[in-house]
Amino acid sequence: MPMATTRDELSDKLSNLSLFADLSAAELESVAHIVDERRFAEGERILRQGLSGSGFYIILAGEAIIRIDGKDYGKLGRGDFFGEISVLLGDPPVADIVAARELHCAIIPGPALEPFMVAHPQVMFRMLVSEARKLRTATSWRS
Amino acid sequence: MVVGSGPGGLQLSYTLTRYGVPHAVISADPAPGGMFRRWPFFQRLLSWTKPFAPFERGTRFYERYDWNSLIPDDDQHRAIQPRLMDGSSYFPARAEMEQNLVTFARETGTRVRYGCRWTGTARDGEGFRLQTTAGEYRTRVVVFAFGLAEPWKPDIPGIADVPHYADTRAPETYAGKSVFIIGKEVSAFELANGFLPWARQIVLASPRPTQLSVVTNSLVGVRARYVQPYEDHILGGGVAIMNASIDEVSRTAGGFRVRTTRSDGGGSMVFEVDDVIATTGFQPPLGDLAELGVVTSGRERIPSQTPLFESISVPHVYFAGTVTRGAPGLKKHGLPSSSGAVHGHRYNARILARHIARTYFGIDPARPTLRRDEVLGYLLSEVTRAPELWHQKSYLARSVLVDPERGIVDDGIVPLQLFVDGQGPDGVAVAVEANPKAEMYPAVYVRKNNIVSEHLLPTNPLLDFETAEHRAQLTAALAPLL
Repeated sequence: MPMATTRDELSDKLSNLSLFADLSAAELESVAHIVDERRFAEGERILRQGLSGSGFYIILAGEAIIRIDGKDYGKLGRGDFFGEISVLLGDPPVADIVAARELHCAIIPGPALEPFMVAHPQVMFRMLVSEARKLRTATSWRS
Repeated sequence: MVVGSGPGGLQLSYTLTRYGVPHAVISADPAPGGMFRRWPFFQRLLSWTKPFAPFERGTRFYERYDWNSLIPDDDQHRAIQPRLMDGSSYFPARAEMEQNLVTFARETGTRVRYGCRWTGTARDGEGFRLQTTAGEYRTRVVVFAFGLAEPWKPDIPGIADVPHYADTRAPETYAGKSVFIIGKEVSAFELANGFLPWARQIVLASPRPTQLSVVTNSLVGVRARYVQPYEDHILGGGVAIMNASIDEVSRTAGGFRVRTTRSDGGGSMVFEVDDVIATTGFQPPLGDLAELGVVTSGRERIPSQTPLFESISVPHVYFAGTVTRGAPGLKKHGLPSSSGAVHGHRYNARILARHIARTYFGIDPARPTLRRDEVLGYLLSEVTRAPELWHQKSYLARSVLVDPERGIVDDGIVPLQLFVDGQGPDGVAVAVEANPKAEMYPAVYVRKNNIVSEHLLPTNPLLDFETAEHRAQLTAALAPLL
């Protein structure tokens, strides 16, 4: 059974994710104090298609489903993140993200994402690399 | 079974009784009040009660201006807190808040078995057996309203020697001392504010930069009442506020040595001080709930809950009071619910009581119907005045359903998440929402064939949402339903 997470355990968990691989221990501890944590029950929606005011989520444990208009389009797992496109563009999400089983996430509220990215350029670079991969995948589907 | 006699336990028990649900309340304390029997340390609350407000005391709409009274259904028991205040502040003194809860329990006849401590929990078929200092209780459903009552300190070398907020001495004993406060949350600033006339030097340090509620435009951050140490700091008055992690605390001949590393990359700093206090928060007294399978989240170890305050991992275990923060809801724009305070969780308790009455006892009072031509005005009045919606923004909503048999039904106050994520008849839920720009506005969620669409209405300088523009926009939003 998962036990309680202290801030130190949270910085350990974050340090194992590639998104935060370039941060020093002190930086990681400061990040662990900034992010929220939340556990979602199986079947619970995390992002809601068409609803405003969402945030940026990083999966610490568990699995989530990408669902658009009720149809499933794939899964996300530990280390994956989502919600950034909606926050950066200021538009509601275009998909639901639903917990496939109990899901544990670190969360950066929407309004805090830009200051967070600017304060941690190495994390922003890692995010950009990930976005580039997604774009390449999407482009190769079309060609 | 309800465990706890703070505001959460009292409100829940009162409302369960109104529904006719048989239950027992136990409490380790000798009297009502929960955390308010001891704190806040400087003896005045952060939550206000306005004795004079736009609505008459003792009405439902007055609750928006009275954050501290519990919410009975009978007018004569409403608005107890302003009766007990002396006019010197609109923040009740701690003793006045304690008296408010004692008076509520006495006047409403809310009964608690005091001096009975919950000591253990075991499964018993579909239900539970609760061990207590007064014997064993068997119950189908258990609600823990135990508050965040256990002081918590992070795992820092030497922290065992550091007093917690809960162990703070009388303020005059800090006269002429240098005081290092670990933490920059509300309780850190409460102490720093109280020490301003006493301490020679005050340092506040933690990794996260200070947040001020008047900057976040929400309840997030240090509340306005305790901002004075921050002003002292920015004007060079001697209070130091640092973004740093605490590496080690050690005893010295005259006090303490604190080693820190600055979070901004500014290197290490060492402080020699007379006193150190850890304002690092509280946790709920979970007892053996983790072994039972109750999962928690975050440093505060608050049980993770469904929108109806049930453990996400152990069915039939529920929560009331400040721990209902573990049901965060939609958290739009990152703004939290008010469930950590009385003015928020008192409404959660009412919803939980209705859920328990309906689910476990088959008690489901008929919900009133509305005429088609009443709906628009009713919803606009609710978003303009309903205390539930104003205190629990983006979290609680007024729900009106289109029932195929009964017609248009007022479904009451419901968790917004339950409405937008749930399946059910066509209907509408209205909430009050806010954004980080401090704009407040009505939000309308229309559910049609189990697809929910969001409609944000405009704000208004006087927060009057009954204007012609609001009527027109709500009419358009409701068109698919009415």
